[in-house]
Amino acid sequence: MKPNRIGPWIAIALGALYFLLPLIGTFEFSLRMRRGEYSFDAYQVVLADPRFQSSVAYSALLAVATIVIGILLILPTAYWIRLKLPRLAPVVEFITLMPLIIPPIVLVFGYLRFYNSSSFLPMTGNVRATDLLLTFGYVVLSLPYMYRAIDTGLRAIDVRTLTEAAESLGASRATILFRVILPNVRSAVLSGAFLTFAIVIGEFVLGSLLNRPVFASYMQLVGANRAYEPAALAIIAFVVTWGCMGLIQVFGRARYMARAEKG
Amino acid sequence: MPFLELQGITKAFGQQQVVRQMDLSIARGEFVSFLGPSGCGKTTTLRMVAGFERPTTGTVSIDGREVTDLRPNQRDIGMVFQSYALFPNMTVAGNIGFGLRVARRPAEEIRARVAEMLEIVKLPQHAGRYPYQLSGGQQQRVALARALAVRPKVLLLDEPLSALDAKIRVSLREEIRALQRDLGITTIYVTHDQEEALSMSDRIVVMSEGRVEQIGSPFEIYNYPRTRFVASFVGTLNLLEGRVLDPDSGRIAVDGQEIVSARGLAGSQAGETRVVALRPEALSLQNGHLDHNRLRGTIDEVSFLGSVVRVRVSLGGSAISLDMFNQASVPPPARGAPVTVSFAREDLVVLDRA
Ligand SMILES: Nc1ncnc2c1ncn2[C@@H]1O[C@H](COP(=O)(O)OP(=O)(O)O)[C@@H](O)[C@H]1O
Ligand SMILES: [Mg+2]
Repeated sequence: MKPNRIGPWIAIALGALYFLLPLIGTFEFSLRMRRGEYSFDAYQVVLADPRFQSSVAYSALLAVATIVIGILLILPTAYWIRLKLPRLAPVVEFITLMPLIIPPIVLVFGYLRFYNSSSFLPMTGNVRATDLLLTFGYVVLSLPYMYRAIDTGLRAIDVRTLTEAAESLGASRATILFRVILPNVRSAVLSGAFLTFAIVIGEFVLGSLLNRPVFASYMQLVGANRAYEPAALAIIAFVVTWGCMGLIQVFGRARYMARAEKG
Repeated sequence: MPFLELQGITKAFGQQQVVRQMDLSIARGEFVSFLGPSGCGKTTTLRMVAGFERPTTGTVSIDGREVTDLRPNQRDIGMVFQSYALFPNMTVAGNIGFGLRVARRPAEEIRARVAEMLEIVKLPQHAGRYPYQLSGGQQQRVALARALAVRPKVLLLDEPLSALDAKIRVSLREEIRALQRDLGITTIYVTHDQEEALSMSDRIVVMSEGRVEQIGSPFEIYNYPRTRFVASFVGTLNLLEGRVLDPDSGRIAVDGQEIVSARGLAGSQAGETRVVALRPEALSLQNGHLDHNRLRGTIDEVSFLGSVVRVRVSLGGSAISLDMFNQASVPPPARGAPVTVSFAREDLVVLDRA
């Protein structure tokens, strides 16, 4: 009995060490900017750097835009497929997985080829247009996560009957989507949104190759030139990402509890 | 003039004919049930009235207006589903007021109407609850209130009580019927439960395999079924084959014994085989009136059902069941005993078709 128990614990401990040691090491290192004592100087430097502030603001703005466009695009699509074309669901699901299979670098070279300054739609020639292109790229990258999250939410409610009930009461399609369906998949949409946020904040390839000042580019820049600040940045990015994961957990739990109460 | 009219409705899903040639006129304020076994096309027909399915051929009219090409949200209907289909994110009051909000009624009117509907379905204390905090019966009442709040022209219910306990089912069906009478709303009620259909309806449409078998009042459907299907689906019925002796006087032979139908045998010829139906409660082991029909046989089986004793009598070739009231002073007959079954000439129903 006993060795059976010790085995898994050892595995867990090893896994935790593998995971936590670098993190602890990085954190410890990030505190050593001042000679002879621990301090948050590196964090102060980073947080006070205007390029940090602007890159975080820029990436956060793109993340929000990505989330809004993603929801407006994916929610009606997923809804329509559940409602009218359930047989197409596996096909669409496969298509939404493509961004996981095709590396972002392929995507970005495709963009550069199609939208370069001498193409029929020279989006890379103009800063705002490039921002737009970048946002669409992020929408594509977050597609697998957003679609899956929303589809899971739709699966948990009786989409067809709720739609018909609302329709018999005089509601139009848009009313049904925004006043009946969306509120009932809100937590699923939110978890998709937080995932998207985490992805966009950490994305490097698309942003740097399109030459836009995204947060990950700033991280890379600092990493190449400074000693302690990159460690502080890594910890900050880590906290942001895990903050998002925590929020997903919170909203996922809230939904679960509402269901448990019901059953 | 009919208030709701289906003309020449058919519906096919691919190769499968689900509804075949349906004609039906419903008067204003009438309560009509669609009764039939699962898969016979009741729901599909109802959904064509609601506008969720488009008929392959035929037209639907409501209140003198053809609505065949209108979307459900333009038809002025109220719909109640078996699964309640309440909006989980809205309170009871929110659910009931939804249709009025969609129609952009003034807030004050909505508040008053919601309060009125809550009163009508006897849930005034539950306005602020969410659907998951209610029992099934309460949820279905909210669904009913929600459908009626917008004052629809037609109320459509698809097996609204099927998911509920037997007791609540009975009390809620009485409530629905009383409410329907009070409001005078034209109603179609889909069910596979013959007791429900018989107890609630003004008229019943009995359906089988996409076809209308018979349309009539509960009394007509129960007492004078026209087809073997209706006879066997509505209640427990004895079906016997008889050879026509004399169509004019209504004489027919069952297992060689001559009996008479008071309603005659118009349309059939001597020597032809017809199916006749007898209800268990119409039969008696007493000799009865002089001009009663009599069939001799032997007791085959006796089952004690409490207040009623069901006796099966073998007539040689065929067998019939009859019900007699349990009396403590009269022990039930023994198996194998010879008996005579008697019944009034009016109770012998000759079916139109097999
Ligand atoms: N959307 C659909 N597509 C294909 N077949 C359907 C569809 N809806 C119903 N059917 C078929 O039509 C027949 C009648 O169904 P339905 O009207 O639901 O019967 P009922 O309500 O009497 O049980 C069934 O055989 C069912 O499988
Ligand atoms: Mg049905």
